[in-house]
This record gives sequence, structure tokens and C-alpha cells, in this order.
Amino acid sequence: MTKFSGIDYYQIESQFTDEEILVRNSVREFVDNEVIPVIEGHYQNGTFPEHLIKKLAELGLFGITLPSKYGCAEMNNVAYGLAMQELERGDSGLRSFVSVQSSLVMYPIYTFGSEEQKDFWLPKLAAAEKIGCFGLTEPDYGSNPGGMITNAKKADGGYILNGAKMWITNGSIADVAIVWAKLNGEIKGFLVEKEFEGFSAPEMKGKHSLRASITSELIFQDVFVPESNILPKASGLKFPLMCLNQARYSIAWGVVGSMMACYESALNYSKSRIQFGKPIASYQLTQQKLAYMATEITKSQLMNYHLARLKDTDRVKHTQISMAKLNNCEVALNIARTSREILGANGILSEYPVMRHANNLESVKTYEGTHEMHTLIIGEDLTGISAFE
Amino acid sequence: MKIAVCVSHVPDTAAKISIGPDGKNIDPDGVTFVVNPYDEFAIEEALKTREKSGGEVIILSVGSDANKESIRKALAMGADSAVLLKDDSWRDSVAVAGALADEIKNIGAELVFFGKQSVDYDNSIVGQLTAEILGFNCVSVVVSLDINDGKIRAEREIEGGKEVVETSLPAVITAQKGLNEPRYASLKGIMAAKKKTIEEKPAATYENLSEVTEMKRPQVKQPGKIIGTDASAVPELVRLLKEEAKVI
Repeated sequence: MTKFSGIDYYQIESQFTDEEILVRNSVREFVDNEVIPVIEGHYQNGTFPEHLIKKLAELGLFGITLPSKYGCAEMNNVAYGLAMQELERGDSGLRSFVSVQSSLVMYPIYTFGSEEQKDFWLPKLAAAEKIGCFGLTEPDYGSNPGGMITNAKKADGGYILNGAKMWITNGSIADVAIVWAKLNGEIKGFLVEKEFEGFSAPEMKGKHSLRASITSELIFQDVFVPESNILPKASGLKFPLMCLNQARYSIAWGVVGSMMACYESALNYSKSRIQFGKPIASYQLTQQKLAYMATEITKSQLMNYHLARLKDTDRVKHTQISMAKLNNCEVALNIARTSREILGANGILSEYPVMRHANNLESVKTYEGTHEMHTLIIGEDLTGISAFE
Repeated sequence: MKIAVCVSHVPDTAAKISIGPDGKNIDPDGVTFVVNPYDEFAIEEALKTREKSGGEVIILSVGSDANKESIRKALAMGADSAVLLKDDSWRDSVAVAGALADEIKNIGAELVFFGKQSVDYDNSIVGQLTAEILGFNCVSVVVSLDINDGKIRAEREIEGGKEVVETSLPAVITAQKGLNEPRYASLKGIMAAKKKTIEEKPAATYENLSEVTEMKRPQVKQPGKIIGTDASAVPELVRLLKEEAKVI
């Protein structure tokens, strides 16, 4: 197998610091050596490569931007983005695992949690001694999470939780779930631990996408959650949406990894595939496809890089993150499909990563806010008029 | 114990190499440079030795500012400090070994790791030369290493098998693939490396005993020929292998 040497048409790398490049190279090497050789098998079998979890923790990929006192790397958002990009070049499922643990579990505990919660959970989550998941979406409430039915009632020493969540990455292997539920009509976050009575997390089967990732339901039947497990600093829908912003940011970067994997595969194939006596790369229709892909990758890279700097200087708006998530997912899916066209019949085989990425991206385009919702979020920002509320 | 690891900064093995305008050097334009792959085994073994017996791991590299990229990676993997022996001009193996030997003496390292060869010039000699200059023992192409109380037991790869060698410190070990699994530079390691300094000093002057007069590209491979696609082609294939290729 050949080593991946990156796609950088606009020399964006010249803007990265030495540390940022080291992070990217380290994760790139890890993906080449440990992920790519095994991922197709896991995808075919519908299993998550659990043996990689410890290695991801040793690399320091959980909670990259959080403080070192919790065992995290305390790096900036460029480093975080580049790490996600390289992971998703391996597989969207693997990047999803890290995004969930980092953006949807560690971030809310760090941002909305008590000191005790932070001290207890963050080092364990950074070291992957504990796995987390995030429960917001419900079977009947996806784009409209504010309508959620899952609810909490005050009880002696804590709360009683009832309801169900769906489409939860890592659910069945999680030690703790960040669950959003209504308490007296207000959305609050709860840390539900796997051994709590009445809590179960069956895995959802039959996926054609994200097959190397665990997706589950979370079911709560009179689950008692102690007072110490409510997130004290979060009240209202804004708070889980803040978490989603973090995750969407990692998706915007991650899918560039998918783009690179597909483009590289198509470029190499086009140079070696001979039809009518010459490589298909020599035909204008193929060159148009390659030029389109390289251009879109470059645009997405520039978008991500600037978004990272905005985020690092606390100037980023959530609508800007929506724009990058929306654009990059759409482009990534187009690139996967275009690559598949260049590869012809070979494109559907597991020998090439293209079909797997294409299938994964079908989910990535709709999770963490559908393409349509992100469009309307930008529309609302531009016009001042909400089209959905 | 001070442990030195000598690291070279070489073109990525995946890079496409072209010869520069002078015909004596490669054209570095657009070529990514990396830590010499065999040196990664050397770094890993030095870190493992430190973890087992204590000590300090110091990275040494002869070359230009560009070498800092590889040095930083070694620091991010966990080395304690580094010295860049600066020289922007080309050096042969003897002149590289001389500069390294001077610095090894200077820092007082007793154990020195090299990769068994650098994948740029492939001379496979700098480790042994350095040992000779220093008067250290040397075991090359090592695939297994055990150091206890200054005694060294090493397995080295030889044609068709392995050789077990015993020697003692001070020593130079050159690492072969299989010695260990180099660790990845972790994100925490990368952050920690930011605080580590790279000392810079001019590389000691040593005269080159050889020079590169010309670089040539390998001959372009002739295209293959298909003489048939079923069993009827076998007699012709055998005839060609005998008479034309003269391999059977």
C-alpha cells in the first residue's frame, strides 16, 4: 500500500505551525498503518474497530482542545481540525467516534459541568477508560429537537427519566450518556451511567452507511439519576446546540479527509486505467472531473482553515460553522460520486475506498443538522426571518 | 546514562525524485523530507532503553535548518533534547561521522543509536565510522537488543539468519526494521516538545574523502511482451526464457 502524501494545491500548509503539521502527520501515519488495513473488513462486517480506541487515546485525540490538567492536549482548532481530517480519510465512523467523545461528551462536561463532574469524567474520557455518547435526537424529533418527549421529574435526591433517543453514535458501548430531557418544560442535560437501572442501549442494525460505527437507541424507563449527575450550567435548547456546533466543526474538517481519499483513488486509477489505447486521465471528460474535485477540495480546505482561526480567536458564528458543514458535506458526497464514476465498475469494490466513503457521506450530510436545516440557519442569518419556527 | 540518537532528514520514500540542474544533487523542490525510517527504530529503542534504565535521550543531526523538522518529531516522540550540528553544504559519510563523533564525545553519551542506513544515500556506514572514530564497540543491523549493567546482547540480521553478539558499553547500535514498533508522536508529546530546545552549533570541520560527481536515473524499464494467454504459449515462453532471457 502506498503512503498518503496529502493534497495541498494552494500550499495552505505554509500557514500551519510546526506543531499543527506534526499533529497531522502523526494522525496520517496512524491512519495509514492502523486504520486503512482493517477498515474495509470492519465495514463489511458491520463492526466498530474497538481495538483502536486505546490507541486513539494514546495519540491524545480525545478532547484535543481541552486543558492539559484533564489529560488533554490543549491544542488549537487547526490541530483539532487536521486530526479529524486525517481520521475521516480512514473512515467517517472512526471520526464520528472521536467527534462524539470530544465534542458531544467532553465538551459539555467541560463547559456545563460542575468541578466534580469535570475532575471525575474528563481524565477518564481523555484516556478512553470511559466511553461517552450524546442523546438529543428522538425518533420523532430530529430537525426539531426542541419538541423532545424525553422528560425528567424531580424525585428525592435526583430525577426520574423517561423517554427514548435514537441515532446515537457509540450508544451501546458507552459508559455514560449525556442525555437531554425536559424538566418542567426546560431542556436540561443529565449524565446517565450505563449501570443505572431502567437504562438500555440496543444497537440499531441494518445500516447501509457508517457500518464501521455503532449506532444505538437509548431507552429510559423510570431511570433514577442522582442530583450530582445533572449538568448545572445548561438550561435550554441552546446548550445542546452549542455541543452540536463543536461536532459540526469537526465534520467540516473531517469530510475533507473523505474527499482526499476518493480523489486520490480516482486520480491514481485514471492514470493507470487504459481504454482505447491510452489512460482515461488523458480524456477531457476525466480531466474535468479531476479538476473539479481538486478545486472543491482546495475551497473546502481554505474555508476550514479560516474557520479554525476564527474559532481560535473566539470570533466564529455558529452560522459560519453551518456554512462549512453544509458546503463540505455536499461537496464530499459529490466528489465521492464523481470518483466512483471515474473508477467505473471497480468503484463499487471494497478494494477501493470510494463506495464506503460515498455511503458514509450520505449519513454525514444529514446528521448533526441536515443539509436543509443548515441552509435555513444561514437563510435566517441573512434575512433575519426564520423559515422553520 | 546519556543516550544519543543520530537522526538524518531524508526525502520521503514516496517522493518523486528528480536530479537538480548541477547533475550532482537531487532537486529538493516539492519533495517532502521526513525522519529517516530506520532512525525511527533507533529513536524508539533509545526511548525504551531510557524507560527501562533511566537516563537522557539526546537527538543529534548534521545538516541545515530544515533538519529541525525531523528533530522536532523525535522530540515529540519523547526525546529530551537535541543538538543540530549545522552545515548547509554536502558532506560524505566520513565528514558526517566526524561531526557526530565530536558531539557525542562532547555530551558524554555512552550509548549511541543510528538507523542501519539513511534512505537517501544508502551508504550504511555512518554508524560504524562514528564508532571507529570514538573507539566505541559497534553492532550493526540489530533486530533485538538487551542491555544490562553495561553488557549488551544483540541479535543482528545476517543473510539467511540471525547472529547473536555480545559486547559492552560504550557502544554504537545501528537499528534494523523489526527491532521495535516506533511509537507515534502523541499530541501531548508534540505540545511537550514545544518547550524543548534545539541547541544549534556549527558542525565540526571534517574533510570529505569522496565527492559525488554525477547522479543518474535508473534505466527505463522495457515494456513487457505478451506471447499468449493460454497453455499453447508455454513452449514459446520456455524457448524465450532459455534463448533470449537466458534464465533457465
